[in-house]
Amino acid sequence: MNEKLQGKDAQDETACQYLTFLLGDEEYGVEILRVQGIQGWSSATPIPNAPDYVLGVTNLRGDIVPIMDLRRRFGLEVREFGPTTVVIVVRAKGIKQDRIVGLVVDSVSEVYTVGDDDIQPAPGFTGDVDTQFIRGLTSIDERMLILLNIDKLLDDSFELDEPAPDQAASG
Amino acid sequence: MSDDLDMQEIFGIFFEECAEGLDEMESGLLGLDPGAADTEAVNTIFRAAHSIKGGAATFGFTAISDFTHGVETLLDQVRDGERAVDQALVDTLLAAVDCLREMLEAQKCDAEPGSDKAAAVKERIGAILASEPGFTAPTDSPTGPLATWRIELRPPASFFRDGNDPLKIFDALATLGELSVECHVDDLPDLDALQPAECHLGWTLELTTDAGRQAIEETFSWIGDGCALDIRELGAEAASPVSAQERVAARESGSIRVAVDKVDTMLNLVGELVITQSMLKRCGEEYSTDNIAALQDGLMNLERYTRELQESAMQIRMLPINVSFSRFPRLVRDLSAKLGKKVDLRFSGEATELDKNVLEKMSDPLVHLVRNSLDHRIETPEKRVKACKPETGVLHLSAAHENGNIVIRVEDDGAGLDRKRILERAIERGLVDAGETLSDEQIDHLIFHPGFSTAAEVSDVSGRGVGMDVVRSNIKELSGRLDVKSVPGRGSVFSICLPLTLAILDGQLARVGRDVYIFALQSIVETVQVEDDEIRDILDAGRVYRLRDQYIPVVRLRDVFNLPPADATPESELLVIVESDGQRMGIFVDDLVEQQQVVIKSLEENYRKVDGLAGATILGDGRVALIVDVAGLMHRLIDTHVINLASQSAAA
Repeated sequence: MNEKLQGKDAQDETACQYLTFLLGDEEYGVEILRVQGIQGWSSATPIPNAPDYVLGVTNLRGDIVPIMDLRRRFGLEVREFGPTTVVIVVRAKGIKQDRIVGLVVDSVSEVYTVGDDDIQPAPGFTGDVDTQFIRGLTSIDERMLILLNIDKLLDDSFELDEPAPDQAASG
Repeated sequence: MSDDLDMQEIFGIFFEECAEGLDEMESGLLGLDPGAADTEAVNTIFRAAHSIKGGAATFGFTAISDFTHGVETLLDQVRDGERAVDQALVDTLLAAVDCLREMLEAQKCDAEPGSDKAAAVKERIGAILASEPGFTAPTDSPTGPLATWRIELRPPASFFRDGNDPLKIFDALATLGELSVECHVDDLPDLDALQPAECHLGWTLELTTDAGRQAIEETFSWIGDGCALDIRELGAEAASPVSAQERVAARESGSIRVAVDKVDTMLNLVGELVITQSMLKRCGEEYSTDNIAALQDGLMNLERYTRELQESAMQIRMLPINVSFSRFPRLVRDLSAKLGKKVDLRFSGEATELDKNVLEKMSDPLVHLVRNSLDHRIETPEKRVKACKPETGVLHLSAAHENGNIVIRVEDDGAGLDRKRILERAIERGLVDAGETLSDEQIDHLIFHPGFSTAAEVSDVSGRGVGMDVVRSNIKELSGRLDVKSVPGRGSVFSICLPLTLAILDGQLARVGRDVYIFALQSIVETVQVEDDEIRDILDAGRVYRLRDQYIPVVRLRDVFNLPPADATPESELLVIVESDGQRMGIFVDDLVEQQQVVIKSLEENYRKVDGLAGATILGDGRVALIVDVAGLMHRLIDTHVINLASQSAAA
C-alpha cells in the first residue's frame, strides 16, 4: 500500500499523506511514509525500570520492538484497551539511529492528503497534548487534525546508553 | 551507474585478492631460510607477486604494478637460481610487502599511492637488481628496515697524520645509502695559526640506509681512539607503518570468504528443505488420517534440516584463528629485532574456529598482549642467561575449545609481572591505599584498571595509549573474560575466554511472576532450594546466603527489576547460584522452566541498553523473553559493596 501512495505523492511535492488515528475525541495524524504497519494489540513483555508509557517489547517479524502507550505518553487519561485498540508501527528518527516503535492508539481512522500550505503551527496551548510532539494543525471537513512529530516521541529514555541514576540505584 | 557499481565490486575483489597474496608473500618470506631456499616456497611468493602485478596493471594502478615489477624481477632471479637468498634480500622484500599494503590501502581510499617510503624501497630493490647476481652481502651484518642515521664525527688534530682520509670514509658511507655531509669549521684557527697537517674540522653526516649500525661502525673502524664519534638513529620512519595498520584495523566487517564445501553443505540442506516442504504440502492437500505418519515424518525432517541449516549458516561465519595468528610471526620478528631480544614464537590450535566478528574484534587486543609480552616481560638474552634460562624466550599463542568457550592464551616464559612496581603505581594513583595488603592475584589484576600504566611500561613499542583496560573492555564487549596468571621469573599467561558465538546462547529459562527470564546456562553453577531463615541481612547493604563455607550475596530478580511482589511469600524459594569473573552470587527466581538454545537479539536496536539485561530473544510461541546480564548484575552488587561486606563476614 505504501508504495502506491508514494508514487501518487511524488507528483505533488508539497503534499503528504497522513494516517490518522483517534485518542479519545481528538484525531491525530502521522506521515504515512513513516508507518511500517498496523497490528492488533497483543501483550508485550515488560521491560524492567522503563518509563510507564513503554509497555514493553514485542516481536515484530523477528525484531524486538518497544511498544509505547500514546495515551500515557501524552499524559492523557488511561483507558482499558478495547477491541479497536491497535498498534501503529512507525519508524522514528532518533539522534543516533532510526528506531522502529509501536504506538498503541484507540483506533485507526483515515488516510488524508494534506498540503504543506494547509498546515498551521500549533498555538502555545492545545489542551491535552504536550505541544512539543505537534508538528502542526490542519482542518479536514471542519474537523481539526493534529499532525504529530513522531521523532519527538523518542526522548532521553531511548537515547541514553545508561539508565537514569535513580533507576540504577534501586536494588 | 551500474557499470560503476560493478567496477567497485571488481576492485573490491582485486583488493581482497591482493591482501591475500601479500599475506602469502609475507608468510612465505618469513619461512625462507637464507642460503637454502625452498624452491616451492619461492614459487609461491613469486606467483603471488605476479598476480598482484597483473591485477594492478589491468586496473591501471600503474604505481602499484611498477613497484611490484621490481619485486617480481628479483623473485624471478631467485626462482631461476641466479640469485642466492640472503637476509638483506628477505628484508627488502618484506619491506616491499609493507609498502604494497600501504599503497593498496591508499588506492582503496582513492588516494595517490606511492610515498617516499615506497620510493626508497624501490631504490633498494633497484640496488639489489643492479648488484651482481649471486653476490651476497655478508650475512653477519644484520640489516634492518630503512633508517636514517646521524653521525657526529669530531676527529682529533692528529687525524690526518694518523693516515685518515675523511673523503674515503664518506665515499664508503655513500655506498651504503643516501648520504649528506655538513662540515663544521667553528674550530678553525686564524690563517696565520693554521697548521695544515692538523685537522680542525668536524662533520655531521646524515645517512639513510638499510644497513645496520654494524655496517656503519665498520666504516669507521680505522679512525683510532682519539676520535669522537657518535652514531644515532633518527626515529623518523618508525611511525608510518603503524598508521597503516590502524587504518586496516578500522575497516571491519565487509565481505567474507567461505570455503566451497561449507556452501555446498548449505545448498544440500536447502535442497532437503525444499523436498520436505513439497512433501508437507502434499500432506496438507490430501489430508486424511492415513497421512498422519507421513506428516509427522515430514515435520521431523523439517526440524532436523532447519537445525542443520542454522548450524551450517553459523559455520559460514566461522574462520580459523590462524587468520589472526598469521600476522604475528612478522610482528614478533620485527619487534624482537628492534628490542634486541631473542624470541621463539610458537602456535598451537591455529585451526580453532571463531566467529568472524569475534575474530576481528580480538585482533587488536591480541596484538597488544603480544607487544606487551615482548616489550616488558621477555628479558634480553643477557638477563635470561643470568637467570639461568635459555637465551631465546618462548612466546606461545594458543587457542582451544574449553567448556563451550574458546580460550586464547598468550604465554611467555619471561620475567612475569613486576608486582612491586604495579603496586607502587597503584598507590601513587590512589587506586590502592598504602596500608592495604593485596593478594598477588589482586595486584596482577590492577593492570587492567582503566588508565593504569606503570611508567616503566611506556615505550614506543607498547606505550601507544592502548592500555590493558582497553584490551579488557574489548573482550568484555564480546562477553569474554580476560585473566592473567604470573609467576615472577618464570613467566606469565594471559588468557582470553570467549563464548563460541555471539548470536546463540544456551539458555536456562526461569519464571518470575508471569514473565520468563533467561540465564546463560554456562553462568549457572547450581540451584538450591533455600528456606527463608537461611538468608541473613547485612546492615542495609544487602543479604547473603551461606553456600557451604562461603557467604554469597543474594538478590531477588523481582527487586532488581522492580517487578510487582509475589502474591504470597512461599516458605522456600529457588536460588540460582551464578558465577561471573570468578565471583558468585545468588538470584531468586520463582521457578526454573526449561533449557533451550536462544538467539540473542539486541534491545538497543530499537530501544536502548537496559541495566541488568544482556538482550532479548523470541521464544517458540513468538513471545519476547529477556536475557539476564549476570556479569552486569554482579558489577552493580560490587558497586554497592555487598561483596566486600560478604567477604568480611565470611572471614570473621
